[in-house]
Amino acid sequence: MDFDLSEEQQLLQETVAQFIENECPMARLRELFDDDSGFDPVLWKGLAEMGLAGIHLPGDLGGSELEILDLAVVAETLGAYAAPVPFLGHALATEAINRAGSDEQRSRMLPSLASGEHLATVAFAEDGGVWLPEQWTIAAPDGATGTISGTKEIVEFGEQADYFVVGLAGGRMAVVDRNAAGIEIQRYEGADRTRRLAIVTFENAECEVLENSDLETAGRVRDVGLVLVAADAFGGARKLVDMSVEYAKSREQFGVTIGHFQGLKHQLADMAIDIEPARALYWFAAHALDHAPDEAVRTAAIAKSHLCDRYSQIARDATEAHGGIGYTWEGDTQIWFKRAMQDRVFLGTPRLHRDRAAELAGW
Amino acid sequence: MDLSYGEELESFRKEVQAFLAENWPPKGDGSRDDQTRAFRRTATEAGYLNRHIPKQYGGSEQPPDSMKGAVISEEFAKARAPMEPRGIGTMMLVPTLLERGEEWMKEKWVQATIEGDVTWCQGYSEPGSGSDLASLKTKGELVNGEWVINGQKIWTSSAMEADFMFCLVRTEPDAPKHAGISYLLIDMKQPGIDVRPLKQMTGSSEFNEVFFNDVKTPEDWIVGNRGEGWLVSRTTLKHERNGIGAAGQVVGLFNGLVSLAREKKIDGKPAIEDPSIRRGLAELEGYVKSHQYSGYLQMTKDLKGESAGVIQLMNKVNSTNMGNMAAKLAMEILGDDGIAAPDGRGLVGLASGTSDVDGLWTSQYMSSLGVAIAGGTANIQKNVIAERGFGLPRDAAAQRSK
Repeated sequence: MDFDLSEEQQLLQETVAQFIENECPMARLRELFDDDSGFDPVLWKGLAEMGLAGIHLPGDLGGSELEILDLAVVAETLGAYAAPVPFLGHALATEAINRAGSDEQRSRMLPSLASGEHLATVAFAEDGGVWLPEQWTIAAPDGATGTISGTKEIVEFGEQADYFVVGLAGGRMAVVDRNAAGIEIQRYEGADRTRRLAIVTFENAECEVLENSDLETAGRVRDVGLVLVAADAFGGARKLVDMSVEYAKSREQFGVTIGHFQGLKHQLADMAIDIEPARALYWFAAHALDHAPDEAVRTAAIAKSHLCDRYSQIARDATEAHGGIGYTWEGDTQIWFKRAMQDRVFLGTPRLHRDRAAELAGW
Repeated sequence: MDLSYGEELESFRKEVQAFLAENWPPKGDGSRDDQTRAFRRTATEAGYLNRHIPKQYGGSEQPPDSMKGAVISEEFAKARAPMEPRGIGTMMLVPTLLERGEEWMKEKWVQATIEGDVTWCQGYSEPGSGSDLASLKTKGELVNGEWVINGQKIWTSSAMEADFMFCLVRTEPDAPKHAGISYLLIDMKQPGIDVRPLKQMTGSSEFNEVFFNDVKTPEDWIVGNRGEGWLVSRTTLKHERNGIGAAGQVVGLFNGLVSLAREKKIDGKPAIEDPSIRRGLAELEGYVKSHQYSGYLQMTKDLKGESAGVIQLMNKVNSTNMGNMAAKLAMEILGDDGIAAPDGRGLVGLASGTSDVDGLWTSQYMSSLGVAIAGGTANIQKNVIAERGFGLPRDAAAQRSK
């Protein structure tokens, strides 16, 4: 029994952390936060060169052939730095192609995605809180190729993506080239300025259906996504606790650092108590996706709901712990606060996944 | 990450299973008590119980191996076979004697305690000394070769039945606070000791007040030197940690709550079909699973000899928080039955099965607060997390009263 990260996984986290500290320190993050497009292709290229665009993809197609846990520990680190990179959508789109594509589709599509030459994202959400594969409404074409019509929302980095993996009725998934005729990409101003959003409308847009896509493969992509969002939430929440503790050690009032005051100490302790044990929850949820299929689906739902609720609450607490500065645009906590808002909604709110967890338990 | 037990442990598991198939439940006649006692002896001889206790004191003296320990607990639980008697004597006093006691103390008490012939109670808290335990005032004076003890202890579990008490007593009144305390062993069956049960809000009495009026104990019934009692009592505390065992209780509580929700009705339908109950359970489960897997993580770090970090300081508050959440959810599920008088047996009763389910849960509604307070209130635990875990400055008042 070894319930811990391997040395390689720890090294992976350290390497990613080091890279972000060098290439996207706080000053650069703030620039991108206030930037019009919010996307830095050089930053993403750098991460892709480290192998982050294809951690979970087959070795012969340019990936590193690692596990979901490896993907998740990277998501944690990116979450801790609120990294403004299209990691999540790209990881899910490539997971979809790898799981649901035919051999021919995989070997044609994946290499340029694994290398980071092209960027992909997922277009799953529809109006009214629709996220789940069994709820998708856009009709799939009859053949391997054809056209689709309908609108998808909350598409991360939709303005930058080269390819969209679109969720269709019956859990089918299709790839659409951004240059296809009949596709309209419209910016959506979300609160989170570290992962920009778009609404994508397809009107008789040409697509290629992933040959083996069905409710099961789409469910797998959903579960990987839930775990990666949970990991991002863990990283962000932990970071906010650290930032709040540091602030308590430096800010002075009444002639002493505010960390002397028990009211604040207890607030900080409560934040840490809330988040710290959940590290093991997201680890297990990620591990289960490769090693414990019976528990994987439900644990992913529980982990996503739990971590996103914790992150949202800790973001509120951290803002309060920073006093007036926490409420300003100039303060840093707001960056994570808003990322927590997006984590909470992306792929479905805690309520949606708790209802699923209850259903799956046979309650 | 590798959550399998591995070949060696799986073959060890088979050994344990074979042993249990042979020895439990017991065959033949005899009272259940005698049979349990005999089984524990056999299991100790086989190396499955009392593993950290040397053979000369009645243990099986096995090398420390928390994975084997986990396998034994799992298999004994499946077979419903008894483990070591759980009590403050086996959990707190025996490890302390093994580490700090004189040879004659180990011979006199260790085997007798682990076999259940001798029981103990703990004399720590006093009416004026709760969170600030080291301010305790119960006085011990050496008069004609024996300690004469006067004062009062409180929150003493099992004081009525216990044969002996391990007790923190102020023997060096002129020394600084922490350095004036000694760790004395006291015979409870003697004049001058007055034990009065404290009736809890649940109606049952698990705790007592203990009054000492010229109580006597021999000069050498002291563990460690004079004035070292505070340090001796700290050695005991580090033996308390057991991540997985603690998580097991929380999982049991959660499963009990799910069963309750299946039994009770809301608006004429099983409570488990009510959306707010379902979400409440799924929300609590996020905490329960986090706690459970954190236990694995902490055990792994222990095995590697690494620190698990600040999480080790949080287990108690965490269990407390979950107990409180479970209590509130239980009240939602009970509806009007949430008015029932508490059944003081609490979760012990829950485990043993009873018809008075309502009373058990109203009791849990109250006893979860008892858990929050006992062994250091949540507020004190949070100070510890902030000060030791985050390195924030110590509380000014605590600093001054060194």
